[in-house]
Amino acid sequence: MTSLETRAVVTGRPARTPRRLRRYVPAKRRSWLLTVLLWLCVLYFVLPLWWLLVASTKDTSALFSTFGLWFAPEFSLGDNLVELFTVRGGLFARWLLNTVVYAVVSAVGATVLSAMAGYAFAKYEFPGQKALFSITLGAVMIPLTALALPTYLLFARAGLTDTPWSIIIPSLVSPFGVYLMRVYAADAIPDSLVEAARVDGAGEFRIFWQVGLRLLGPGLVTVFLFSLVGTWNNYFLPLIMLNTSELYPITVGLAQLQSAASAGGGSQAVFSTVITGSFVSILPLVIAFLFLQRYWQSGLGTGGVKG
Amino acid sequence: MSHSPSTSTTTDAVAADRVARPSRVAPQRRRHSLTTRRQHRAAYLFILPFFVIFLTMLVVPLVYAGYLSLFESRLIGGEQFAGLANYARAFADPSFWGGLGRVALFLVIQVPIMLGLALFFALALDTGRARGSRSIRLLIFMPYAVPAVIATLMWGYLYGPDFGPLAQVARGVGWGTPDFLSPGNILGSMMNIVTWEFIGYNMIIMYAALRAIPAELYEAAEIEGAGQFRIAWSIKIPSIRPAILLTVIFSVIGSFQLFNEPSLLNAIAPDAITNSFTPNYYAYNLAFINRELNYAAAIAFLLGLVIAVVSYVVQLGEQRREQRERKGL
Repeated sequence: MTSLETRAVVTGRPARTPRRLRRYVPAKRRSWLLTVLLWLCVLYFVLPLWWLLVASTKDTSALFSTFGLWFAPEFSLGDNLVELFTVRGGLFARWLLNTVVYAVVSAVGATVLSAMAGYAFAKYEFPGQKALFSITLGAVMIPLTALALPTYLLFARAGLTDTPWSIIIPSLVSPFGVYLMRVYAADAIPDSLVEAARVDGAGEFRIFWQVGLRLLGPGLVTVFLFSLVGTWNNYFLPLIMLNTSELYPITVGLAQLQSAASAGGGSQAVFSTVITGSFVSILPLVIAFLFLQRYWQSGLGTGGVKG
Repeated sequence: MSHSPSTSTTTDAVAADRVARPSRVAPQRRRHSLTTRRQHRAAYLFILPFFVIFLTMLVVPLVYAGYLSLFESRLIGGEQFAGLANYARAFADPSFWGGLGRVALFLVIQVPIMLGLALFFALALDTGRARGSRSIRLLIFMPYAVPAVIATLMWGYLYGPDFGPLAQVARGVGWGTPDFLSPGNILGSMMNIVTWEFIGYNMIIMYAALRAIPAELYEAAEIEGAGQFRIAWSIKIPSIRPAILLTVIFSVIGSFQLFNEPSLLNAIAPDAITNSFTPNYYAYNLAFINRELNYAAAIAFLLGLVIAVVSYVVQLGEQRREQRERKGL
């Protein structure tokens, strides 16, 4: 029986899916009122994004002269994109690339570190476990502010400021990720399976790699996506760490473009560039969330329960 | 989850081996302590990478900030030990208190509105009575995927008096041009940006918790004809209290750390946003504009302390309430 279970995992077929209790589904009575009310509320969330989409198809003069929520007669998205990717010698593409690299490397690292630590907290008993976990949980409350400044000074001393490392290394720590992985691993990896693999003679690391990680799927996606968004959206850290504009992520780059635009300087064309840049930069995350929604939502489902 | 033939055959082989020689577990005792020790070592190895970075990125900077805050840099004499002078200065600094006051206002107005709406959406979607629930859920969540910087830039344009659609609509209806960026309105405008961004995130956490409630808990009530409001109030909300608490704590921490919104809106509304609009923005300006690193460290440290205390009080209040309830039962 036990070896059967191990094998089921190795071949990717779930041996024992921890199914939630069946939900009672009342006869599907749809509420007309609730539907209308909710869709009206959705407008509040969607209209600003709709405005962004529409605005990115306008040139600067149309931006000022036409109604914000509808297209101008002239469709200038193409021109705006060309302008965006050629402004300052194509710096925007560089920012986009930097953001992707910082975010993906940090998110992969943070996910692996969280998964290993969370798995250990869930599946082993060892001296100091409670204390270490409490410290991790407490760290969720440490404000970034208290840290960003001294981290900057430490990095300056180590000669790491103004390098990609100054963004990536601090982003690897995800106390909440560890917490989420622990809750998730406790639920998704049956002890009997780990035992079975041990009896089968698998080493601890191999058990984690081949049994644990496979069952942690949705949890991994959740931690990965949220770390990805965390680094992708980070502004404060790169703002203080980086001086070279070639190293900026989009957030800092766009903010800089924007402040140049508001400071005037006659270059009003920059407004449409900032808007198009904003639109382009939110697309990847929106797409990632849409594609992976099944995984991260079920991942959060487990994490949120024991809150 | 790819199928890898090589590993599956090795496990098979091991399994076969085990079946063939079942008496492998002979000297139980010694083996036990040996495996325990081996498992301890494995566990430590698993948590080691995280804790190494955790220590260097969280603990060391925190200690360093505390250390820095005890010094003063003087024109003559350079760095000098100042004891708690920086803290004394912060306590007497109206800029620090002003920022803290604004954040407190933010906390008592914006957080309840945001979490209340998030809870409402989560409960409404959980009943499954609206058409297109899945799409509604995703669309409400979408702003979370927008970086705070972009959201602030975007809302800055939306608020704008010239081509902002809000002003366009208001003018069209004949209300004149509202000034969302005036000193009196800017905090409210900021609350709106943060609310827009984070309702969805909080809703998802609550919704996920709602989905995990075993249906049996309210099946009976529903069959006996209890209304949705009654079920939500008496069964669903109490069941997801831990998830709600989590969102409260995250929101408290988030509010105290407000930085992006003031620092970006400062460019378009310099009159409305002082350099000490929020404590975090103040610490940044002190450190990087005024070059007062030691004082900035003290402000950052104090802010951290305030956050820790407030989060702790929130948690403690919840624990007390829970205990009271348990006694009452």
